[in-house]
Amino acid sequence: MKNLNRVGPMLVMGAATLYFLVPIWWLVVAASKTRSQFSSTDPLWFADFALIDNLKELLAYRDGVFLRWMLNSVVYTGGAALLGTLLAAMCGYALAKYRFWGREAIFNVILSGVLVPATALALPLFLIFSQFEATNTFWSVFLPSLVNPFGVYLARIYATASVPDELLEAARLDGSGEIRTFFTVSSKLMFPALVTIFLFHFVAVWNNFLLPLIMLGEEKLFPVTLGLYTWNTQVNQIPELRMLVLTGALVSIVPLVIAFLLLQRFWRNGLGSGAIK
Amino acid sequence: MKANKKALLFFILPFGLLFAAFYLAPIGYAIKQSLYQVERKGTFGKAQEVFGGLAQYQRVFTDGPFWESIGRVLLFGVVQVPVMLGLALALALLLDSGLVKGRRFFRLAFFVPYAIPGVVAAIMWGFLYSPNLSPFTAVTSAADLLSADLVLWSMANVVTWVYVGYNMLIIYSSLLAIPQEVYEAAKIDGAGALRTAWSIKIPLVMPAIVLTTVFSIIGTLQLLAEPAVFRTFSSAVSSTYTPNLTVYSTSSIPNFNLAAAFSVVLAMATCLLSFAFLKLTQRGGDK
Repeated sequence: MKNLNRVGPMLVMGAATLYFLVPIWWLVVAASKTRSQFSSTDPLWFADFALIDNLKELLAYRDGVFLRWMLNSVVYTGGAALLGTLLAAMCGYALAKYRFWGREAIFNVILSGVLVPATALALPLFLIFSQFEATNTFWSVFLPSLVNPFGVYLARIYATASVPDELLEAARLDGSGEIRTFFTVSSKLMFPALVTIFLFHFVAVWNNFLLPLIMLGEEKLFPVTLGLYTWNTQVNQIPELRMLVLTGALVSIVPLVIAFLLLQRFWRNGLGSGAIK
Repeated sequence: MKANKKALLFFILPFGLLFAAFYLAPIGYAIKQSLYQVERKGTFGKAQEVFGGLAQYQRVFTDGPFWESIGRVLLFGVVQVPVMLGLALALALLLDSGLVKGRRFFRLAFFVPYAIPGVVAAIMWGFLYSPNLSPFTAVTSAADLLSADLVLWSMANVVTWVYVGYNMLIIYSSLLAIPQEVYEAAKIDGAGALRTAWSIKIPLVMPAIVLTTVFSIIGTLQLLAEPAVFRTFSSAVSSTYTPNLTVYSTSSIPNFNLAAAFSVVLAMATCLLSFAFLKLTQRGGDK
């Protein structure tokens, strides 16, 4: 009886797993095929294994511009998320732990920033940067990507929950300065939360497409998403790009999937802090 | 706690300055730009930016394709957001029900698509929808998934595919945070699994559902990567298919003043909608 109860739910979970994973399986298979076999063989099973050749072609194409895009993405996204998380954590922490004039006003302004969609800012940012003739530069994408108001909101909640006032008082009595206390004590207590903020920020920057699209003209500065996008728009004129787009798509998602799998312990704990089961 | 001023400035100023420069300033600048227009003196005169009052907004409000695109994303949201969150909630409840083995595996499997950026996901599905390349020939030969009638829902599927796992995880985390005693009380009252899910679990995770809904509404109105990519797969996707595509194509004309006005209207519509939703659920939720 108990086993019979499980059949239905397991079937649903199985079907959902297929839905989520088959497209990725397809991409792995597709990227391993030669150009001629891509459209002539079973899309969900391997033919002659040409993944290595495809990768070589991908990395060699136009002096290795793809590798450059991957590096750009890592720097834009990883750099912005790391630095952005630190800034958001400091600000959220101060808003949570210290009482000062204008605290609620500052918090409310930042909070309303959460509701302003990042894409609405892309065009005005472009106009502002063009006043300083700074569009089409690394900084024009990197600097705006540092700001994550939602991170401040989360950091404030987590700091309130996980950093006790008594501890800060004790640190103060020990003669530790506020800033040192933050880096040596508080940030450690907030660590699971910081991983969560980092991941949210990472994905947000990684997914922000309009900003680089509007800001950047020079191919060398593209993040990998924008690079793949431009290749994909040229597929109709240059058919050999198709295999490169597919192989590139696969390569571009591997680091992120690995990072998620490795960090998932932290970020699950951060999301459901206080979980009992 | 009281703070010393130096430490406070150290904590708040770096974020504050960047927030002012790259969040507040652009909003102000967009509003300013939207109040100007380009004028030429004579046919061959130099172009000049002059104050135009609400002229750009008049253009925005009489721009047929723009409002069509707003209607399109609203329709998209009304269907896609409930489907996606319903699926996320159902999967989260199943994971939490104790009826499923291998929870760790499923949680990860459902979450993997979230690691795939929108552009790449759209490229993948674009291929999967293309009649001569798709592995699902039974589907693609019966219906043209890239036709004008269906392409919106094909995109809805891409967005759903990417975000169900993420939303499921948020809801699941808040299910895990429900204290065991609550369930024990329900058990004593003789409530079955379905009853427990319906009258205990769902009400308790409502805040998580509200949060994910707000983010989904914001995301829907900003739809850009998917339609931009699908333009290469389907001729049914125009350059003004979604509001953000309109902003982009207007700014590449270039007509920055009009594009700024589009941006402002879109941002205000987004804020208004998510704010209205928050208010609505607060009234319903707090007894």
